[in-house]
Amino acid sequence: MSEPRRALTERWAAEAPAAESAAFSKSEMMIVAAARELVGQRVCFVGVGLPNIAVNLARLTVAPELELVYESGAFGAKPARLPLSIGDPTIVTGATAAVSMFELFSFYLQGGLVDVGFLGAAQIDRYGNLNSTVIGDYEHPKTRLPGSGGACEIAINARHVFVIMRQSKRSFVDRIDFRTSPGNLGGAETAARIRREQGWLGRGPSLVVTDLGIYHFDDSGEMRLDSIHPGATLEQVRATMGWEPRVAEPLPITPAPTPEELRLIRDELDPEGAYTK
Amino acid sequence: MSKVTSMRDAVADIVHDGDVVAIEGFTHLICFAAGHEIIRQRKRDLTLARLTPDLIYDQMVAAGTARKLVFSWLGNPGVGGLHAIRRRVEAPAGEAPAGDADPAPLELEEYSHFGMVGRYTAGASNLPFFPLRSYFETDMPKANPLIRPIRSPYGEETVYAVPPLKPDVTVVHAQRADADGNTQMWGLLGCQKEAAFAADRVIIVVEELCSEAVIRADPNRTVIPGLIVDAVVVEPFGAHPSYVQGAYDRDNHFYRDWDAISREAETTQAWLDEWVYGLSGRAEYVEKLGAERVASLRPSGTAPSGSVDYGVYK
Repeated sequence: MSEPRRALTERWAAEAPAAESAAFSKSEMMIVAAARELVGQRVCFVGVGLPNIAVNLARLTVAPELELVYESGAFGAKPARLPLSIGDPTIVTGATAAVSMFELFSFYLQGGLVDVGFLGAAQIDRYGNLNSTVIGDYEHPKTRLPGSGGACEIAINARHVFVIMRQSKRSFVDRIDFRTSPGNLGGAETAARIRREQGWLGRGPSLVVTDLGIYHFDDSGEMRLDSIHPGATLEQVRATMGWEPRVAEPLPITPAPTPEELRLIRDELDPEGAYTK
Repeated sequence: MSKVTSMRDAVADIVHDGDVVAIEGFTHLICFAAGHEIIRQRKRDLTLARLTPDLIYDQMVAAGTARKLVFSWLGNPGVGGLHAIRRRVEAPAGEAPAGDADPAPLELEEYSHFGMVGRYTAGASNLPFFPLRSYFETDMPKANPLIRPIRSPYGEETVYAVPPLKPDVTVVHAQRADADGNTQMWGLLGCQKEAAFAADRVIIVVEELCSEAVIRADPNRTVIPGLIVDAVVVEPFGAHPSYVQGAYDRDNHFYRDWDAISREAETTQAWLDEWVYGLSGRAEYVEKLGAERVASLRPSGTAPSGSVDYGVYK
């Protein structure tokens, strides 16, 4: 996952009591918010970039029992450095198991052992359907994106899907150009029926963490802003989405990263600041 | 009988114009040495299959070897896009991208990772399809009509099927093999076993040639038997800028550098001239890379596995 350079330099100060205030980046807020949501989860399918740091932070804080699975075939990975790719040798040394991709996708994922799968995308709609394939027409795309990789089967077979994405009018859209990974389809009722009829193990998307806030999905299957990050405003949220968002009332402010969370990110997980500055 | 040969002879004898070629390896053990030799020998009209085309197929597409890609994730992991491939795919209809070796449109056949793994598995097991729980309610079967729904013969459930993939040639890089091609590897195993068993012809490229006794001392580590291998090439550092677990690290700097090199057709071709056409083979490539760069990619320490006892039974 490549981070826009602009985002790497944007920083703000937390609107928290003076004693706890510390400067933190938008990326750090996203990592911390995602990590805290992993409390109680056991097996997590990891992607590179922010998800990788979030999952490792969760392992060191709220979810010490968390097992990390990488689609390249590592189970129970304990990476000693931040991997640039999901196939980095550091995820193998010291792992519980290094298995073939057939085993990983057949037995671990399709077999129902994965609690949370992290996904990103170029476009998301209000129901959490994701596009990582093309912008524009499939045959003659404006932008050719990487495609599914394992995203399509992760969305269908992981118990829960967590999404980490920055908000913008281009990425939070009314209609995605291509559905690579199914979310709540056209609404919760249809999605529940189809999942039941077709034997999906996944219950669909349950979390979207952005640079502005935290969303869960309401009973209709639509994203709802449940928490706004310190320093962000509802105007910013509305200006960066292609639809009028549902908003929880009252709307809490996401607790800022604690000094310990920031220390772990900066000293241990991403000491070079590759993803978090 | 020894199957050990040079990379030049292996590619000349085994890879033909128009072949379906799979140089597999998921991030780990990607045989760039074989890809570069295919470029040097100016093979044409290949169908290139890989889960992640990676820089190796970006280079092979830029060099004009390919007419089609079969894949599941088209990117430079952790960095961004594959620009030579994107130039061919995003060119407006009827407008050839300037400067690249092959201006013709590039055909794409796209699956998910599990779909590609399943295709090799069906190919290796002589089955007409592989069933999987993926693709439901997505646009992927519309983009690729070879992804088809099938009803379970035992109930009402529907799953999706993908067709077998049987490459003409599969190339696998590994830590070691004996002269007959019995191949052992460790670290991330990707789907090399499936891709090799699915193929008509197999080229094994290794860091180190070992004796048959080394293989027989640890039979659980044998991933590919010599039975299905046609050629064994000994090519140390042959996976760079990919990596070999325990031998050298992934050259992430090169993966980042390629982003800039490949953004323009001219700089891409200049790189191919300097690093592929201008060199006779991998030994010269390693020499050009330099001892310092090579040393910087060695693991920072060792992490040997414990040994196991298979026992003697007479």
